[in-house]
Amino acid sequence: MFTIRCPYCGERDQSEFSNGGEAHVARPKDPEQINDREWSEYVFIRANPKGIYYERWVHTHGCKKWFNAVRNTSTDEILKVYKMGETPPPLKEFKNTIKTPSGEPDVGSGNFSVKKP
Amino acid sequence: MKKKYSIFSLVKNSLSDNQNWKKMWRNPDPRKFYDVIIVGGGGHGLGTAYYLAKEHGLKNIAVIEKGWLGGGNTGRNTTIIRSNYLWDESAHLYEHSLKLWENLSSELNYNIMFSQRGVLNLAHNEHDVKEIRRRVSANKLNGIDSEWVDPNQIKKLVPIMNTENCRYPVLGASYQPRAGVARHDAVAWGYAMRADELGVDIIQNCEVKKIRTAKGKVQGVETSKGFIRSNRVGVVASGHTSVLAATAGIKLPLQSKALQALVSEPIKPVINTVVMSNAVHAYVSQSDKGELVIGAGTDGYNSYTQRGGYNIIEDTIRAIVELYPIFGKMKMLRQWGGIVDITPDASPILSKCEVEGLYFNCGWGTGGFKATPGSANVFAHTIAKNKAHKINAPFSVDRFVSGRLVDEHGAAAVAH
Repeated sequence: MFTIRCPYCGERDQSEFSNGGEAHVARPKDPEQINDREWSEYVFIRANPKGIYYERWVHTHGCKKWFNAVRNTSTDEILKVYKMGETPPPLKEFKNTIKTPSGEPDVGSGNFSVKKP
Repeated sequence: MKKKYSIFSLVKNSLSDNQNWKKMWRNPDPRKFYDVIIVGGGGHGLGTAYYLAKEHGLKNIAVIEKGWLGGGNTGRNTTIIRSNYLWDESAHLYEHSLKLWENLSSELNYNIMFSQRGVLNLAHNEHDVKEIRRRVSANKLNGIDSEWVDPNQIKKLVPIMNTENCRYPVLGASYQPRAGVARHDAVAWGYAMRADELGVDIIQNCEVKKIRTAKGKVQGVETSKGFIRSNRVGVVASGHTSVLAATAGIKLPLQSKALQALVSEPIKPVINTVVMSNAVHAYVSQSDKGELVIGAGTDGYNSYTQRGGYNIIEDTIRAIVELYPIFGKMKMLRQWGGIVDITPDASPILSKCEVEGLYFNCGWGTGGFKATPGSANVFAHTIAKNKAHKINAPFSVDRFVSGRLVDEHGAAAVAH
């Protein structure tokens, strides 16, 4: 459980929002040209990283507007929130705290809450 | 040496204050090469190693686990076992599993406390009624003991349920008498012990960091205890499967989310079956210790934090209290979360992939425990023969290309 800073309404409880999955998934440019495997990637396969994740949220119980966020999925820490249409911040702007594929970050892993050292 | 448990061994060991029980499995250092490496020491992984050794005669097998055995979702689920799934493909898979469950304690000579106390899946509206009646009929055609029960029959089975004076009254349910619960830790331990006896190396506290591949073939795994070579690697890592697959350059249609469960303080026996409700999202059973075991839904966003949001528990508890007003004053003792890997069609992936010698057993999402023996059994077959068993052939990862999905969102019973 965490709070999200809606770019229109300010900081609210996460339960007011709904998640829209991975952000910046582009529809294939020439749909009639691509094969079944490429369609399958577009329809079914989404990023699922442990670490930095670009995703969409909608403020369902608020302004009902969509926006993007960058979140660390191993700590649920929201690192950046930006409006639809804005350029996504580059990955190198964020420090990935994950040391090994299934490893835990220094803070906020497992059953412990996110806390600053 | 085969460890036998019986009334005599209990008496014998009690005479020496239970100090002389043998260790259930060895704690070996990894060898340089294995015929098969299983990544993940939960029920499915240990079971796979057991069936590989027992039914397919493979000798040189390792199970590599980053923590301790059964410390992931095997030890975090609500232990419900049933096979009342809609489609033929799933019905065959889960029924295969249920048949193995029925004989598992004696096969392993280890009491997994399998208790066939039945399961009710409640209907709260017209659509539920139609969907569940359809599922009951489909189950019957597949030889699964499923039946439709009306509110009066439900009242007889679960007298404490409030079926009428609530926002979503109970209009009926499907009932599968052969369904039930089992002790989840014992499943992992039983499989581990018997696999170990058959020569399987169980390597704990060893994390797989990378699956090494070359020219489209698997070479082995890089672990925190060094590189281990193998031509066949089976990944059974539930919520972390995507992360491991990515190290071999493979993308799978999985999303990892937190799924929560909680238990109450122990009370006297009050509910002697498993009751699940998809619509109001509450499911509950009572453990042999007397605790209510309650399952909540998944969080609505991807996460690896193993905790989950409080609002999800609140929703579940609200539904529980409305269905069972008698539980209104009870205290909850523990709450926890596990990371489940969910596929787009809520059915698992038991499959080869484009890398030769690399196999995946994943995508069990919110309901993998019930499938443990069946999944392990057919996955062992897939690895040993390099070919899917006829039961798991429909659960290939290629179904997301062909479009032949096995949509079980209705029978999965957990909102996601």
